Amino acid sequence: MNKYFKIFKNGIIDENPTFVLLLGMCPTLGTTSSAFNGLSMGLATTAVLILSNLIISLIKNLVPDKVRIPSYIVVIASLVTILQMVIKAYAPEVDKSLGLFIPLIVVNCIILGRAEAFAAKNGPVESIFDGIGIGIGFSLALTLLGAVREFLGAGAIFGFTLQGENYGMLLFVLAPGAFLALGYLIAIVNQLRSKK
Amino acid sequence: MALVLTIIAVVAGAALAAVNAVTAPQIEKINADNLAAGIKEVMGSDKINVAEPQQKTATVAGKEKTFIVYDVTDDSGAKLGKAVQTSENGFGGELQVLVGFDQEGTILGYTILQHAETPGLGAKAGDWFQKENGEKRTVVGKTPGKVNFTVSKDGGDIDAITASTITSRAFLLAIKNAYDNVCVTDANTGATTQAKN
Repeated sequence: MNKYFKIFKNGIIDENPTFVLLLGMCPTLGTTSSAFNGLSMGLATTAVLILSNLIISLIKNLVPDKVRIPSYIVVIASLVTILQMVIKAYAPEVDKSLGLFIPLIVVNCIILGRAEAFAAKNGPVESIFDGIGIGIGFSLALTLLGAVREFLGAGAIFGFTLQGENYGMLLFVLAPGAFLALGYLIAIVNQLRSKK
Repeated sequence: MALVLTIIAVVAGAALAAVNAVTAPQIEKINADNLAAGIKEVMGSDKINVAEPQQKTATVAGKEKTFIVYDVTDDSGAKLGKAVQTSENGFGGELQVLVGFDQEGTILGYTILQHAETPGLGAKAGDWFQKENGEKRTVVGKTPGKVNFTVSKDGGDIDAITASTITSRAFLLAIKNAYDNVCVTDANTGATTQAKN
């Protein structure tokens, strides 16, 4: 069990995809205009990551090396398309706020990265734990970034207004704010990590 | 190895088809519900019957515009007016507006169906022009042909969204185009009506 916990913790802290590996920056910067959007994106990516890790670890011995990448991409793209259809049908609110970013999960390098770096070398159970760990790490990072931007930009977190209506530096909800907030968060995380 | 790739693709395709079969009717239902709710909102009434959509194309300023027109009647069959889906290029992309007109062409209400405007600025268009915000800002209750239907900066009668003049212009133009081509039955516009699908 200890081994699985270690894989799990590795994904959230030691190899946090956003703050440490700096992978998947496109959805990180693009979707975190509010905490809810960040969380939705994180969870959507987590779902794809767990399933793609599982399937790829199961088929890794059947797939010849030469067609490894195309096979993985087919698996990931199918999973993302399925997820997109499910979100459209059962969570139209999420679809409205994330829209174009859902299909873009296909090219999120975290997913192919974990498929190559982990699922292709480990068993199904370990791969699931890796998917959960990395997925939660990504979700936490996106939610945190979304919360910071939403608070500074609109004076609210998860839609609950904490400051007056007209409070807010609009910049933080717009694209430049994503870079600024991410930069500061990475700096803070690095500071905390280096103290250990 | 081609075989393996083929098998994977076939399995993936089958999985997609299966999920699509389950979700497609649900997605269609949500879209239809959204549209029905939108039409009720812009017509300002819950008790309405909506006719099959008509597609209308017209050339506006050298560009072909398409309007989707829903004729709306009340329960007794009396005509209430039309809900028109119209679009214009806003600041960030296509701005799609559903606007309700009564029989005389006066605006009953509007809702933004789709937009890509700046959050916190142009994205406020959904609320800004509503009735509650006072005579100078609202488009509701006005008739595009009777008032000067442009932003006050351009000499018009409607106050633009603060710091979002481009969005406001696009929004008003979308409605004006819908009015000109759908509500005004002028033989010279060259507009053609045909049943959609």
